[in-house]
Amino acid sequence: MATRSIVPFGPQHPVLPEPIHLDLVIEDEKVVEAIPSIGFVHRGLESLVSKREFTEYAYIAERICGICSFMHGASYCDAVERIMGVELPDRAKYLRTIWAELSRIHSHLLWLGLLADAFGFESLFMHSWRIREKILDMLEESTGGRCIFSVNTIGGVLKDIDDDMMKGFLTELDKVESDVRAMTATFLSDATVINRLRGVGVLTKEQAHEFGATGPFMRASGIERDMRQLGYYAYKDLDIEPIVSNEGDSYARCEVRIKEIFQSIDLIRQAAEKVPAGEIAVPIKGNPDGEAFVRVEQPRGEAFYYVKADGTKFIDRFRVRTPTFANIPAMLEVLKGCDYADVPIMVLTIDPCISCTER
Amino acid sequence: MAKMSKSPWVLHYDAASCNGCDIEVLACLTPIYDAERFGVINTGDPKHADIFLITGGINEQCKDVVKQLYDQMPSPKVVVAVGICACSGGVFKDTYNILGGADTVIPVDVYVPGCAARPESIIDGIVKAIGILDEKRAKMKKGLPVDEAKEEE
Repeated sequence: MATRSIVPFGPQHPVLPEPIHLDLVIEDEKVVEAIPSIGFVHRGLESLVSKREFTEYAYIAERICGICSFMHGASYCDAVERIMGVELPDRAKYLRTIWAELSRIHSHLLWLGLLADAFGFESLFMHSWRIREKILDMLEESTGGRCIFSVNTIGGVLKDIDDDMMKGFLTELDKVESDVRAMTATFLSDATVINRLRGVGVLTKEQAHEFGATGPFMRASGIERDMRQLGYYAYKDLDIEPIVSNEGDSYARCEVRIKEIFQSIDLIRQAAEKVPAGEIAVPIKGNPDGEAFVRVEQPRGEAFYYVKADGTKFIDRFRVRTPTFANIPAMLEVLKGCDYADVPIMVLTIDPCISCTER
Repeated sequence: MAKMSKSPWVLHYDAASCNGCDIEVLACLTPIYDAERFGVINTGDPKHADIFLITGGINEQCKDVVKQLYDQMPSPKVVVAVGICACSGGVFKDTYNILGGADTVIPVDVYVPGCAARPESIIDGIVKAIGILDEKRAKMKKGLPVDEAKEEE
């Protein structure tokens, strides 16, 4: 038997924008086991519900994570609205849908860039981030922020996208689409990329099911499940077909996310066509009393939000189950038996969001 | 600062940030903002770094990591606290697990406010840090101590 040694990976590591620590048990060049330790970005955000009023907390909820910030804020508001029985105006639902899809595109482009960086394809990294800036410009034009938008409030949204702006967005999205298509040719058919991704870190359909993986990580293993089909916000009026691949390797995950960018562009086009005129928010009365449970599809997968309120200004309990948390056990399983050099790629292909996970 | 005396290499570490400032730090280094035109390169190795970009507040778990990274950097070194959480703890100041801003564990030279800090202001902070780096180097040549922090912005 070859000798075993332990190589620490993280918390500070060149490929990791965020701190997670893995103790990699190595036998020759193969990883035998990966032991994670977490808590480097735990802030205790959920406890702030006892110190901030429930209307203010919408802005705190957004700061769970700076990448999927819009969806965190919107889902918290959604949960409180469900408790209070507030029916959102249709325009607000559409606006939330459009912003959520823009966030998804920016998150996926960010991830594609980081993946390219992880396998050493620097120019591809730069290209993804160049395209991403166009999406950020749209988000900034409509909400005022690049990462943290603070555009959700209980009962609706605070800003509107007028017709001219929407038209501009659609023209801009055409450009983004052709740019991403040009980049896709490299991502999906370049020999260097295929060599690094094909057959690396295979998660079978059974494993994905057993370890409770979620999001593109799960869909790349052939499980057809997308929370947007539940029809929250305006998704009930839009055509959504979950994007699935059957290989379950890193290449498949890359493919699923690239296809989801096109899907999101399509959803924004559908929503822009159907968005009704009207109010963007309704006034709310009193304090929430009761509990609600919200499931949404974030860029990284399915997230749960639980809110329990007791009729005071302060929420009693707020709890989030984020997609990365669900994906970590499956990732550890995938890491077993892989080459040491492939570890960064495998950690990245689940699209880890540590600040979501640890809050 | 009239001209640059050195291409500064930066080390970025996410202490207990929400990611917002981290992706803005990366956005600084990629097209549109492109801090590489100042010769700024993002390095993963503290031993190669001149400027330490730290985002997010400090918690119990990351306290030692931040200290270690700072100690591993060769002198002269400049610390830039990026974002309001790294400056003071920000919105998370009242939570049980945040001790405060980056200056609770290491001396900070430049504070860049904002939630999330915009790339323009991060680049401004880096440019200020380059000036401080030059000052510290000049001091070191004279044999003066450079460890104490000076407050800017």
